[in-house]
Amino acid sequence: MKKLSAFLFAMLLMAGVAQAQSIRVDGSTTVLPAMQKMVEAYMKANPGVNITVSGGGSGNGIKAIIDGTTDIAMSSREMKPKEFDAAKEKGRVVKPVEIAMDALAPIVNPANPLTDLKAEQLQGIFSGKIKNWKEVGGDDKEIVVISRDTSSGTYEAWQELIMKDQKVSPAALLQASSGAVLQVVSKNKYAIAYDGYAYVNNTVKALKVNGVQGGEKSVADKSYPVSRPLFIIVPESASADVKKFVDFIMDPAKGQKIIAEVGYFPVKK
Amino acid sequence: MAISRKLKDDLIRYFFLVTAMISIIALGLIMVYLFLEGLPLFKTVSVSDFLFGRFWYPTADPGEFGIMPLIVASLAVTLLSSCIAIPLGVMTAVYLAEIAGPRTRSMFKPMVELLAALPSVVIGFFGMVVVAPFLQDTFDLATGLNMFNAAMMLAFMSVPTICSVSEDAIYAVPRELKEASLALGATHWETIRRVVLPASLSGVSTAIILGMSRAIGETMVVLMVAGGAAIVPTSIFSAIRPMPSSIAAEMAEAPFRSDHYHALFAIGVVLFLFTLVFNIIASHIAEKHKQVGAATL
Repeated sequence: MKKLSAFLFAMLLMAGVAQAQSIRVDGSTTVLPAMQKMVEAYMKANPGVNITVSGGGSGNGIKAIIDGTTDIAMSSREMKPKEFDAAKEKGRVVKPVEIAMDALAPIVNPANPLTDLKAEQLQGIFSGKIKNWKEVGGDDKEIVVISRDTSSGTYEAWQELIMKDQKVSPAALLQASSGAVLQVVSKNKYAIAYDGYAYVNNTVKALKVNGVQGGEKSVADKSYPVSRPLFIIVPESASADVKKFVDFIMDPAKGQKIIAEVGYFPVKK
Repeated sequence: MAISRKLKDDLIRYFFLVTAMISIIALGLIMVYLFLEGLPLFKTVSVSDFLFGRFWYPTADPGEFGIMPLIVASLAVTLLSSCIAIPLGVMTAVYLAEIAGPRTRSMFKPMVELLAALPSVVIGFFGMVVVAPFLQDTFDLATGLNMFNAAMMLAFMSVPTICSVSEDAIYAVPRELKEASLALGATHWETIRRVVLPASLSGVSTAIILGMSRAIGETMVVLMVAGGAAIVPTSIFSAIRPMPSSIAAEMAEAPFRSDHYHALFAIGVVLFLFTLVFNIIASHIAEKHKQVGAATL
């Protein structure tokens, strides 16, 4: 009995300590890989600070910051007016901060001979108007279009940057995560998909768009057409601990450097 | 002393009553929540547009919330997987209950039931990295992530249910029935076909429907291997998107209490009604054709 109460007491003590120095981060899975690295580095530099990160998606992250169940939200899209209204209703003022640029890459199997597509051709392929690779200069084979689920931030970015007023064809295959998209494209010679630059590896091939290869320079000077900003969202009333971490993220020598290492493009140098 | 004994007895009875109630109340509350979150969709979308609409663009502006392709996909993949799982499950059950010796039976049955313990994500991953490339190469398909692949994986999952429940039913057929049949000169096969199977029909049907309701509600497998195209399938190699995979893929990112969010809950309601109907049919059959004794056949 004595042992048990001692144990409970220790647990309470630990919980108390954890609460004092704990920051919760939730949101976009696109921002997640960069955030995890930054959190690791920050916790190493500041022992005693405890940051927990989860990737519930942009929508869930924003919802959590509105409800006050997280301290920092990650988002791969702008906050919607509806969401600002919901925050106001709860009496919370939140502020999106742009932390990085993300570029999307059209990806194909490495066995595909194509290297370059125009934005209109991509639009045609994803809306289902172009059905065969030979229409864009490839083999005489049916194009297998792979898309993300309609509510992912990556889908929204692709819709906004490439599809514009067109819709992704309902016949497109849906994959629920960036990793699954890569997996499927690397296994299918006739597949085409899109994914964040941070996820692209050598199992797939990133195509040029309008002749421009995605990269730091082409994203920074806006000549690469498929790029978008990434955000964190913090409440105006954030604690000093949270503000210190945000400063770390925006520091060109620290957080921004990590963002570049993960494959995104830093906004401050 | 006698009072305290009675009191103790009552207390224990109420304790168990409360325990039993907890799960029923939890189930009831989940149902209420499901309907509360699903029904507000019909303020903006009519029921027939929802059920019979052919396009699912929940995040477009204005959004389109037609789940016809999703319903057809769910039914088609369940039907196809039943075509694979029913013969496999029932025949395995017949083998285990009627043909196999006691030692083989005691070894095989736990193994079949172990198949039910395989996490669905493992089955899904197997379908994605092993079966899909195989189908793609063998049949020269555009993609191996399709209805056929999903149906096979779902069959893996419903075979243990079908087999285990029907085996119990077949095993429970009264011994006198079989002995009478054999004594009249029927062969073993004739006995199985004309006596044992008809006598255990209600149990076997229950097993099949339970297996099907498992297949229609399964999420992870169809999310991973069905392909996810929101179209009405035109062949067994079409990529499809059954209802659970839409909910699983989109719920995390749907803005809270938006039309999209309500639409996903409304899909949940439809799915719930489907499994409910399956389960009602199963218990109805089990009740109606109950084999109570040797005399009823």
